[in-house]
Amino acid sequence: MAGYRTPLSRARGLGSAKHGAGHWISERVSSIALVPLTVWAAYGVIKLAAGDYGAAVAWVSDPLNATLLALTLAISFWHMHAGLRVVVEDYIHKALSKSALLILNLFVCGLAAALAIFSILKVAFMGGGAA
Amino acid sequence: MTDAPQNTAKGIRREPPVSPHLMTGGFGSPLLWRWHITMWTSILHRATGVALYVGALIAAAWAVALAEGPERYAQFKELLGSPVGKVVMFGLTLSYFYHLANGVRHLVWDTGHALDVKSANASAALVLAFALAATVSVWGIAAMAGAI
Repeated sequence: MAGYRTPLSRARGLGSAKHGAGHWISERVSSIALVPLTVWAAYGVIKLAAGDYGAAVAWVSDPLNATLLALTLAISFWHMHAGLRVVVEDYIHKALSKSALLILNLFVCGLAAALAIFSILKVAFMGGGAA
Repeated sequence: MTDAPQNTAKGIRREPPVSPHLMTGGFGSPLLWRWHITMWTSILHRATGVALYVGALIAAAWAVALAEGPERYAQFKELLGSPVGKVVMFGLTLSYFYHLANGVRHLVWDTGHALDVKSANASAALVLAFALAATVSVWGIAAMAGAI
């Protein structure tokens, strides 16, 4: 995310722990991407809730839907990780608890994102599971 | 902070301004500052963000259930379609539209616009009204689409 900073800002190397600006910018950039993506996903939720398993598999198998779904999930978990990280850093001050929660946050977001995206790709490439 | 000077010309010493910390700490302790709509919108942004964290985990569970097959998918839909599931989904819809609108409000602030008190109060009310209206509308559309 350093690419979004001005050359002067990078040269000075200032800010919280010298990389706070990168975190701040990544939260904003991911939120801008999530505005259209999640509105589209909300439409998808209504569509899928009204349909059955076959309809859901057909919807996810469409290349555009599969790509947008994978992007929505990846950017959502990225954004969530950044957001909850700040919450933990603000409220938890014991070094060990703080580190443990930050690591847990990273692992939960990483695992959930990997599981979700792998599942979407499996359905998109191989169709639904056995009936 | 209207009462900034500690020493006036007449030599009267005033108490220095204090930050809006909790007076005694812990739950139920009174705030030094009176509750204001912008305090609510700030706290709600965090609270809805944490709620949406759970929502994203539900979305991940949906994707896994879909990949596992029709039986798991039926179980998943049954769970979300149960009364408790519907309450959770309604809460997540409200959280989503709130976090969306207030997130856009933050993005506008980041450009340096609408930062004055009057604008912040107005946008706070607008965000709350939008979240309620959008949630009710979307559930109405979902009901008409046969999704509930």
